[in-house]
Order: sequence, then structure tokens, then C-alpha cells
Amino acid sequence: MNTILSIASTFYSFLQRQMTKIWWKILVVILILYTLIAGFLLGVPDKFILNETIRNLYFHVPMWMGMLSVFVMSVFYSIKYLNNGEEKDDLAAVECVNTGLLFYSLGLVTGMLWAKYTWGAYWSGDPKQNSAAIAFLLYCAYLVLRNSIDEEQKRAKISAIYNIFAFPIMIVLIFVLPRMTDSLHPGSGGNPAFGKYDLDGRMRAVFYPAMLGWSFLAVWIATIRYRIRLIEHKNNSL
Amino acid sequence: MKRLLVFILMTLNCVAVFAQAADRPEMADTFRSSGKIYVVVSTVVIIFVGLAIYLFSIDRRVRKLEKLEEPEKIKKDK
Repeated sequence: MNTILSIASTFYSFLQRQMTKIWWKILVVILILYTLIAGFLLGVPDKFILNETIRNLYFHVPMWMGMLSVFVMSVFYSIKYLNNGEEKDDLAAVECVNTGLLFYSLGLVTGMLWAKYTWGAYWSGDPKQNSAAIAFLLYCAYLVLRNSIDEEQKRAKISAIYNIFAFPIMIVLIFVLPRMTDSLHPGSGGNPAFGKYDLDGRMRAVFYPAMLGWSFLAVWIATIRYRIRLIEHKNNSL
Repeated sequence: MKRLLVFILMTLNCVAVFAQAADRPEMADTFRSSGKIYVVVSTVVIIFVGLAIYLFSIDRRVRKLEKLEEPEKIKKDK
């Protein structure tokens, strides 16, 4: 257990050092450019109902992956804050959540649009949609909670604890509960996920780079926001 | 003659319907073969390249501000 933790933390500190490097940003641009071009031009399996909208897999799902990666980072920084009490970790956590919420909304909106043309309505009260909306409110509550506390250390501590609890609840709401009931969304209630039948080699060649590219983009935006926040914070505390 | 013509027309009509029903799921193949898809791809690529350049420039501005804030610490990091 301890070795796993130390390996994970070494890997994470490696990532942390690389996130602001130039190669990270160039890799982001190359990966996403590739998925934009290949996502439209490469072949996809022919499916009824989905037709060409199957290409949304390259753009809708990576939004959630981007959201997930910055939320994981946010939990990491929240735990780090509780460990050492450094204010910059708290700022990193909140900026990760802010970026995550951007990708969250993009995922929700693109999902609604896709649902309109495959399920028949923007919002059909599907378990996946409902729990995604609840989890969205969960993270909005995080920001509201933060802004409602004036004292800085108290605010940082309480919001860090809230964030650590909100993350597993969000995971359960979005990725576990809808899969246990009947849902229109792929991967739920006997409804096969894309990975099982539809994701053939041609789609994998675009899908995985897309997941990677958009997650890296989310992290890049989060680091920019964090750096701006840090400067603001220094100027305010002077 | 007229009856024969109607009969042939009806049969052909049927053939067309059958042909459609037996068809594979409708994909935008004409859109692809006419080459118009490249217009869409180039538009999307131009938009993304623009956004990427914009992000890079924001990044550079933040870097400048960081240097203004703490010139000695940035040097130490490098």
C-alpha cells in the first residue's frame, strides 16, 4: 500500500513539474488537431439511429474526461492542503474545480444536443442526465460554500474537506448509479457501452488521443487560471 | 399500353422502396465524396488553431506578470 502511494505521488509530482512545460502545450495542440481532422475524416461503423452522430464520441466523451482529470487534481491539492496548510494548494484546488465545471457544462450541453437527435428530447429525465445534473449542483455548492466563508484558513479547510467528499459522490452519481438502472445512455442497464461493440479499431485510433488531448487541455487551462489566481492573491495580500 | 406502363411504374416504385429498406444505415457518404467535408474540417481546424494561439499568448502574458512579481524566484526555479 505504501509503495503504491509513493509511486503515485512520485508520478504525480513528475506530472506537476511537466504541466507548465512547453512540450505539454504543444502535445495538447497536436493531439486535438489530430482528433479534429481524423475525427471527421476517418471511417466509423454504420449504425442505425446514430448514423454520423457516432462521431460525437470523439468530442462529447473527452469533455467528461477533461472534467474528471481536473477534478482528480483538485482532490489531490485539497488533500495536500490539509496535509501542509499551504495557501497555494487551496488556490490550485479551487481553480481546478472552476476549470472542471467549464468542461462539465460543455459535456452536459453536448450530451443534451446529442440526446435530442438520438433519444428524441434534450432532457428526457434519464438517470444519467438527472444524476449528472445533481452532481453539477454538488460542485456549484462547493463554490457557494467557499464564497460564503470570509476567514481564509477556515474557508480553505472546510472547502478542502467538502471537495474530498464531493468527488466520490460525483463519481458514484455519474458513473455508477446510472449503470445499475435502466438508462438510455450507453453503458447502462444492459445497454452496451460504446467500448463493447461499437468501438472498433478505427474509432479507438481517434478516441484515445482525444481523451488524452482534451484532458491535457483542461489541465493546461487550470494551470493558467491557477497562476493568475496566485498573482491576484499576492497582490491582494500585500 | 397505359395499364402496362402503370404496372411497370408501380413495380419500379416497389423496387426503390425495397432498395431503401435493405440499405445500410444512412451515412453522409455524398457529403464525403463531394469533398465538402474538407470545408467543415478546415473551419474547425482554423477555429482551434486560433484558440490555441490565443491560449499560448495568455500563457505568455501570465509568465510576464510572474516575472514582474518575483523575478528572483523564477530564476531559482530554472
